[in-house]
Amino acid sequence: METLTAARAQMEVSLAFHMVFAALGIGMPLLMVAAEGLWLRTGRAHYRDLAKKWAKATALTFAIGAVSGTALSFELGLLWPRFMAFAGGIVGPAFALEGYAFFLEAIFLGLYLYGWEKLSPRAHLAAGAAVAASGMVSGILVVAANAWMQQPLLDARGAVVRDNALAPFLSRAWGVMSLHSTLSCYIATGFAAAGVYALGMLRGRRDAYHRSGLALALGLGTAAALLQPVSGHFSADHTARHQPLKLAAYEAHFHTTRGAAEVIGGIPDVQARVVHGAIRIPKLLSFLAFADPDAEVKGLDAFPRELWPNVVVAHLAFQGMVACGFALIGAGLWFWWTGWRRREPGRWLLRALVLVSPLGILALEAGWIVTEVGRQPWIIRGVMLTRDGVTTVDAVPATFFGFSLLYLVLGVALALLLRRLATGAPPRAAQAGAAAPEVAHAR
Amino acid sequence: MLADLAAGLALAALIAYAVLAGADFGGGIWDAFARGPRRDAQREAIAHAMGPVWEANHVWLIFVVVLLFTCFPGAYAALSIALFTPFHLVLLGIILRGAAFVFRAYSPQSIRRPGAPGRQARRWGAVFGAASVITPVLLGMCLGAVSAGGVHVDPAGAVTIEGAAPWLRPLSLAMGGFALAVCAYLAAVYLANETEGELRADFRRRALWAGTAVVAMSVLVLPLLRARAPHLWHGLLGARAWPVLAVGVAAALLSGWALWRHRPRLARTATVAQAACLLAGWGIAQHPYLIYPDVTVHTAAAGSATLRFVLWSTPFGMLLLLPSLWWLFRVFKGGAMRLTNAPGDGGAG
Repeated sequence: METLTAARAQMEVSLAFHMVFAALGIGMPLLMVAAEGLWLRTGRAHYRDLAKKWAKATALTFAIGAVSGTALSFELGLLWPRFMAFAGGIVGPAFALEGYAFFLEAIFLGLYLYGWEKLSPRAHLAAGAAVAASGMVSGILVVAANAWMQQPLLDARGAVVRDNALAPFLSRAWGVMSLHSTLSCYIATGFAAAGVYALGMLRGRRDAYHRSGLALALGLGTAAALLQPVSGHFSADHTARHQPLKLAAYEAHFHTTRGAAEVIGGIPDVQARVVHGAIRIPKLLSFLAFADPDAEVKGLDAFPRELWPNVVVAHLAFQGMVACGFALIGAGLWFWWTGWRRREPGRWLLRALVLVSPLGILALEAGWIVTEVGRQPWIIRGVMLTRDGVTTVDAVPATFFGFSLLYLVLGVALALLLRRLATGAPPRAAQAGAAAPEVAHAR
Repeated sequence: MLADLAAGLALAALIAYAVLAGADFGGGIWDAFARGPRRDAQREAIAHAMGPVWEANHVWLIFVVVLLFTCFPGAYAALSIALFTPFHLVLLGIILRGAAFVFRAYSPQSIRRPGAPGRQARRWGAVFGAASVITPVLLGMCLGAVSAGGVHVDPAGAVTIEGAAPWLRPLSLAMGGFALAVCAYLAAVYLANETEGELRADFRRRALWAGTAVVAMSVLVLPLLRARAPHLWHGLLGARAWPVLAVGVAAALLSGWALWRHRPRLARTATVAQAACLLAGWGIAQHPYLIYPDVTVHTAAAGSATLRFVLWSTPFGMLLLLPSLWWLFRVFKGGAMRLTNAPGDGGAG
C-alpha cells in the first residue's frame, strides 16, 4: 500500500469516526438542556429523566469525541507533516480558539454530569447551556481551518497570505461551510435520537417519556432539516462561484453549457464523460447555481484532467446526502402534520422514523466526502497538492490498519452500550407518568 | 522574544497537563495495582476523583499540541516524523484510556455481587489500568527524545535519525520511568487528600512508595543526563535553571516530610510545586532548543502575526477558562469527597 493512499485512508477513517461523535457532542447537549429546562418549568419528572438519559449519552459520545479528536490533532502532523510545516501557523489560530471553546465544553460537561446534586437547579441548567453553546462554537471555529484549505486567503500575486492571523476566518468559504455543518450536527442528533423513541413506541411504550423524547428530538431535527436546503443553496452558490471544479464534479457536469441540466442519480462514466441512468431536469443546475436558468455553468472539461477530483465518489456522495436530507424532511413533516391534526403517531409513521434515524449521520458523512473528495488533488486548493503534504515515514499502512481495527472495536463497544442505554427506560418514568391513563394501559 | 513567550506558554500548558492529567494517569496506575481488602473501594475512589475533571484536564494536552503546531510548525512537523511510532502508541494509550474509563462507568454491574463491577466492567477496567500505565511512560520517552539528540533536521525540514531510535535510548527510557513514578506519586498524594480513614491510609502508603520510586528514578536519570545529554545537564546547572530546580527539590523533600507526618494538604501543595518546578527547570535548561541540536525556538517559529495572535488571545481565553476551572475544582475538589453515591452511578449520576 502506497504511503499517500494509506495516509488518506487513515485520515478518512479517523475523521469519519470522530465526526459522528463530534456531531452528537454538539447536538445531544442541546436536547439535554431543553429537557432539563422543561423539567424546571413544568415540574414534570419525565423531562428530568430524559435530561438524565441524554446526559449519559452525551457523556459517552463526548468522551469518544474528545479522544478521537486528540488523535486527529496529532494525525495532522503524523500523516501530513509537510502540510503542517507549511500551514500550521496559518490554520493554527482556528484550532487555538476552538481549543478554548472545547476546553469550556469539557469543564461545563464535568460540572453538568457530576453536579446534579451539588449545584442549584439554575446553576446546573446554566452549566448545561454552556456545554451546548461552547460545543456549537467549537464546531464553527474548527471548520474555519478546513474552509481555509478549501479556499485559502491569497494576496494580489496569488501567494498565500501569512501575515494575517485571521486568515482562516477570512476564508470566504467559512460562513457557508460552518452554517451547513452546524445544521447537519443537529439533524444527525435529532433524527438518531428520535429513532430510539419511535422504536420504543412501536413496542407499546406510549408514555409521556417516549412522547416527549420523540417530540423534542424531532423538533430539533426537523427545524434544522428545514433550514438545511437553504444553507445548502448558499453553499452551492458559493461553490459555483469560487470552486467551479468541485461543483462540476459532484454534479457530474462534464461539459460547459448554458442552461445546464440538474443530474439526479446515475453513475458517472468518466471515460465517456456521460452519466448513465440519470434523470435530467433541464436548466435547473444553472438556476440553482446562478439564479438564472440560462447561465453558463463550467463543466469538468473546462479544467485539466489531472486536476479532476474523483467524480464518481463526489457525485454519489452528493446525491446520497441530498436524498437523505429530503427523506428526513419528509419524515419530520409527516410527524408534525400528524401532531397538528391531533392524531396519534401511527405505526407506519413510527416505522418510517426508525428507518430514517441513521440517515442524518449518513448525510453528514456523505457531505464531508463531497467537500473533501471534491477538493482533491489539492490539500490546500490551488496551493499544495495532497501528495506534497504527506509524510516521509513508510509505516503508515501499518498504523492505518491498526487504527481502523481500534476504531472498529470501540465503535462496536459504544454501539452496544448506547443500545443498552436506549432500551433501559427509567422506571421513574412510569411512576411520573402514572397519572396518564395510556401509560397504565401500556403497563 | 515573541517566540520565547510562546514557548513559555506551551511549557506552562505542559506543566498544567502534567500536574492535572498526570494525576489522572496516576489514578489509572493505582487502579491497575489496586490490592487488598479495599480493592473495589480504592477503584471507586479513583473513579470518583477523576470523573468530573479528567476530560478538562486532558484538554491541556490538546492545548500543548495546538500551541506547538501553531507557533512552531516546523518543529511539530519534524517531531511527527521522528516520533511517528511513539506518538501513535501515545494516541493508542490516550484513546483506550479515555474510552475504557467511560465504558466501564456505563457497563452493567455484577448480578451476583451487587455493587461490584460486572464482567464487562472489569474488562474495561483492565484496559483502563493498562493504558494508564503505558501512556505516561511513552510521553516521558517522547520528552526524553527531544533532549537526547540524534534527531537531525536540515533547513528544508528533512528529518534523519542518527543511531538508535531517539525514544528508545537509555535516557528516554529512564525519563519514561520517571514520568510513570511522578504520575503515580501525584495521584496517590491527591487521593490521600480526597479520601478518609482506611482509604486515606492506603493512598498515603502508596504515595510513600511512589515518592521513593521518584527519588530512585532521579538517581538513575541524573548520571544518564550527564553522560548522554551534556547540553541539558549544563543547562540544568546553569544560572537560570538551578534556582527553579532547587525550589523543586526542596518542595519534593517537603512533600515527603508532610506525607510522613500525616499532613496531606501540605503534601499536595508541595507535590504540585515539585512537579511544576522540575518541568519548568527542564524547559529552561532545554531552551532555546525544541529538538536538540537542530531546531530552536527561533528557527522553528511561525510568523510574528501568528505568534502575536496567540499571545494576545491568551489573556482573553484565560479570562473565560480560569474562572470556569476554578468553579469546577471548587465544586468537586473543595473538601474530602463523600463516597455516598453507588459505584457507577457517580458517572451516570
